Amino acid sequence: MALMKHLNGLVDVDRGIISREIFVNEDIYRAEQEQVFARAWLFIGHESQIRNPGDYLVSSMGEESVILCRDRSGRVHVFLNSCRHRGMKVCRYDEGNTIEFQCPYHGWSYATDGTLVGVPFAKDAYGAQLDRSQWGLIEVARLEVYKSTVWATWDRSAPSFLDYIGGYKVYLDLLLDAWDGREGGTEAIGGIHKWLVPCNWKFPAENFSGDRYHGVSHRSVDMVGIGPSGQSRRDMGERNQARWLDVSFPELGHSMIAFLRPHDAPLAPAYQDAPVVADYFRRCEEERKRRRGDSWRLFGGPGTMFPNTSPLARQPRTLAVWHPRGPHQTEVWRWYFVDADAPPEVKDFLRHYYIRYSGPSGLTEQDDMENWNYAHKASRGTIARQHPYNYEMGLGRSTRAFEDHGLTLPGAITDVTVANASEHNQRGFYRRWRQFMEASSWDELR
Amino acid sequence: MSDVERLLLRQEVEEFLYREAELLDERRYEEWLELLTDDVRYFMPMRRNVPHDETEREFTREGVDVSWFDEGKDTLTRRVRQILTGIHWAEEPPSRICHMISNVQVLGAGPPGPSGTEIAVKSRFLVYRNRVETETDVLVGKREDLLRRVNGGFKLARRRIVLDQSVLLAKNLTFFF
Repeated sequence: MALMKHLNGLVDVDRGIISREIFVNEDIYRAEQEQVFARAWLFIGHESQIRNPGDYLVSSMGEESVILCRDRSGRVHVFLNSCRHRGMKVCRYDEGNTIEFQCPYHGWSYATDGTLVGVPFAKDAYGAQLDRSQWGLIEVARLEVYKSTVWATWDRSAPSFLDYIGGYKVYLDLLLDAWDGREGGTEAIGGIHKWLVPCNWKFPAENFSGDRYHGVSHRSVDMVGIGPSGQSRRDMGERNQARWLDVSFPELGHSMIAFLRPHDAPLAPAYQDAPVVADYFRRCEEERKRRRGDSWRLFGGPGTMFPNTSPLARQPRTLAVWHPRGPHQTEVWRWYFVDADAPPEVKDFLRHYYIRYSGPSGLTEQDDMENWNYAHKASRGTIARQHPYNYEMGLGRSTRAFEDHGLTLPGAITDVTVANASEHNQRGFYRRWRQFMEASSWDELR
Repeated sequence: MSDVERLLLRQEVEEFLYREAELLDERRYEEWLELLTDDVRYFMPMRRNVPHDETEREFTREGVDVSWFDEGKDTLTRRVRQILTGIHWAEEPPSRICHMISNVQVLGAGPPGPSGTEIAVKSRFLVYRNRVETETDVLVGKREDLLRRVNGGFKLARRRIVLDQSVLLAKNLTFFF
């Protein structure tokens, strides 16, 4: 595509200069649907939402509606939500349980394993013509259930999910492992926040990839205090004495802000608003130390898994997917996680905290969305588009050999404890974005 | 209750609801907070598309699931304080908001509350929000309220807001229903 030759001028991560075009250009957006969303591993949902055979949850991959379901034998599937005959959605409910999906147009019906099982007038109208085995629901090429989260890709030649996340696994696990250091064990709280934001999906994706610079956005919520100990928006005790790290995997596109508590740190008070919760987390932290040894002191903040899934490991514990809905609109789906075996009082406390923090009624996230909305709008103008954005902060300050008192961490890492922030993570994101946009297949992306 | 008493009660309830809408539209948020009981519950579930005969799954559950609002007096107060900082960018410059309240139904005495009888009231709303240059939201739905008698007047003890949307068609909920 002629457009792709222009990317050289639009995205220069070595110099930290990126054109506004990538957010507003219709051709680039269309190309992203094939070059990025049709190839990458995308987040679909959480296993706790499809516990039983026949359970389904409608989700989205890029622009397209998909059905996440568990078949009669207990296997998990992800299908394109579109009848093979003439396209009508075969599932128009958000979630539930069913024996089969029936199309309201001509009545073709599919079992929960995707098989075409029902065709009206099959014998009389089709005779032996229709080979049903060829006309089941379109299934994703690869699917992975990783620590209760479900991921999928349309691309048969994509690497395995574990290869796709590579060394980022250490950081993704900060969201998905139990608070006491056991592996996995999350459940999704019922209800997914779904809402529309008038901006390109890459505004939130790059913000979550690691933006420690936007404190002024959230000054008002810090002043009011919604944190779990009554102040600010988070527990600062555990954060104020930490080393702050912008962690990126530029060859993969994933990144996260992480904080590393001192090797001799005492347990910091947290969740002080509720003694039951504070006590629970203190016990979890002690157990985590026992299980994990020195790596107990690595904690996760916001991050983005390329392309459009953003975990936030701690305070709040949540995961967002920024679904593209045209270049100028994003549909956000936000999930909230707790440990499945946490006591009810802990889950309830966290639930209240999560929804006053995140989502459209979240006092913190509201100000992010205002900025993404109008930053995008201002990027659309003829003159505006001629002037690129500055992503120079922290150029040349990363190391691949991070170490702190004997603890090594994977990734290209910039220590931002003193600098406060860098744009190292955003540059890693766009480096990979540009590779995806220019590659003709996964062969060029490995 | 006689017809006249019913008429007077409805008048009083409507005046309360209109006065509440007036305070919100005029951004007199601190006075609005004073219309709420200290133990107020302010709940707005999310809605799902479900089969017609599975309506028990339609709404997110109070006290269990994630919802749009699940507030008490403390968090409502913090929301107001955030707007009043003047640097809550989602409401700075402030939005222009109009609450249109209609279909007021006085449903009778609700369950006995800590201060005596509460009156169950249902109404419908159209909340129009316009901000900055051309940004406009119109949100429509129903409210199920419990009004408590306090000092001869009313205070709002409980509100359940039922928005007629599944995916929220607004980028934020920085205002009150």
